[in-house]
Amino acid sequence: MSRQLTQRLVFTLLTVAVVLTTLPIFIVVGYIAVIGAPAISGEFLSAMPRDGMRAGGIWPAIVGTLYLTLGTGLIAVPLGIAAAIYLSEYAKDNRLTRAIRIAIINLAGIPSVVYGLFGLGLFVLFLRFGTSIVAGCLTLSIMTLPVIISTAEEALRAVPQSFRVVSISLGGTKWQTIRRVVLPEALPGILTGVILGLERAAGETAPILFTAAAFFLPRLPGTLFDATMALPYHLFVISTQVPGMPLQIQYGTALVLLTFVLSMNLIATLIRSRARARRQW
Amino acid sequence: MTSPSSARNGLTNPLPLAGAGDPTRASSAQPKIVIENLSVQYDDGTESLRNISLSIPANKITVLFGPAGGGKSTLLRALNRLNDLVDGVRVTGKIYLDGEDITGPEVNAVALRRRVGMVFAQPVPLPMTVRQNVTYGLELAGVRQSWKKEEALEKSLRAAAIWDEVHDRLDAPAASLSGGQQQRLCLARVLALEPEVVLLDEPTSGLDPISTAKVEDSLHVIKRDYTIVIVPHSVQQGARLADHAAFFLQGELIEHGAGQELFVTPKHKKTEDYVTGRFG
Repeated sequence: MSRQLTQRLVFTLLTVAVVLTTLPIFIVVGYIAVIGAPAISGEFLSAMPRDGMRAGGIWPAIVGTLYLTLGTGLIAVPLGIAAAIYLSEYAKDNRLTRAIRIAIINLAGIPSVVYGLFGLGLFVLFLRFGTSIVAGCLTLSIMTLPVIISTAEEALRAVPQSFRVVSISLGGTKWQTIRRVVLPEALPGILTGVILGLERAAGETAPILFTAAAFFLPRLPGTLFDATMALPYHLFVISTQVPGMPLQIQYGTALVLLTFVLSMNLIATLIRSRARARRQW
Repeated sequence: MTSPSSARNGLTNPLPLAGAGDPTRASSAQPKIVIENLSVQYDDGTESLRNISLSIPANKITVLFGPAGGGKSTLLRALNRLNDLVDGVRVTGKIYLDGEDITGPEVNAVALRRRVGMVFAQPVPLPMTVRQNVTYGLELAGVRQSWKKEEALEKSLRAAAIWDEVHDRLDAPAASLSGGQQQRLCLARVLALEPEVVLLDEPTSGLDPISTAKVEDSLHVIKRDYTIVIVPHSVQQGARLADHAAFFLQGELIEHGAGQELFVTPKHKKTEDYVTGRFG
């Protein structure tokens, strides 16, 4: 085979690979959008479910997912960034630190249903939080932390060492250096990790299955110790547990969840590209 | 002229704390920094400085020169405790700044670095504006009054001979300046803290001749107010700047004395060989 022909063959194969990998994404998103869009209405987005969830809206599920995502953020973001700062700026490079890092990487690989079981055992039963928003947020936080810690640590390490040395040589303490130079530089990278982590928390079903989610709750949760409906679990319920469910409602719910998650993704991308533009000054 | 007589025999440097009580030492020639038997070793056993004793006179330019790897930068970093940032460095011996030992673990290294500033070989503007770069050190030190910061801003930019080029773009990103401007900004940033000693580690190594001349000119002017210790990027630059000079070779101090002496009539064969370009 001539080199020209090989070249064209390889190029064709690579193009096919790209098409094969991206096409399903467009098909899935497009299918959900086309079938789900007619279900979207003011009522759908703001009303309680009716007729055994076969009609009405998904308002409590939307609110529940917002609560869970927000609560997870409040717990996991400060904790995760603090841990990343410790690992990147303070921890000495020794066996303990390496073990901690390996543990974090492995935590990120644990199946989410295992987190769910762990949350059930620790938060719901042992600490007696019951099936509640608190238990759900704590469980989702544990699942999200490894993602936030490792991306934030990476972002912190990407800040040039020379910035730190200069700041110290100008009479800065270590903490002043971190707060005034290192953190601001690393912030876009950290935010990207935070959003990607929370996006996963927003979309997961398994961790909240045993810890926070209610099958059907015709009212909004009143306290943090109430169970709540949530979009991913609601989608699971109406797709598998309720007979005679209109397809439109299922896909409408999926579309809302998808939009929620994808817009978080979009925000992360925007932050990253804006930071990249700024860096070139 | 001051120091050469007292500084030449490094092994019998005056005990700095004895300055007042020792009538044989004229206090006018009291050195700013006295280094006694300083050695720096790394964990892997390599030695960067071996038993250095040297006095650095106040309000003069002291040039530390010699081939690469001689320990000059390590010595600079010992003077403002930047070696602390590196794991596995052992510093023994004493360094006195105005008679006060600055080597012990109890010394407040953060406060010391405000008194002993440093300009690095590569200009590193912090990712901020020109103005913020200059006032950064003051803000770290807790200076809040904006008039104080403004005053220091103009004064130090003028002293570093860069005011005319940046006064109308103080709020531009520091990284948008040229390399030569960035390095003078870095000098201004150090001067804004009004330190007592300014250390410069090959500050002009990346600069064009015109920028280099500007930096050198500014050093000649500011030595009135500061004690300057510089590692030059060439023998010629060392000779141009030196009031006082010290020649380092493989971690040892070979010879030191008045600048003219060292660069024109060195006593030691190795110094002569290096200065005349026979090696290095």
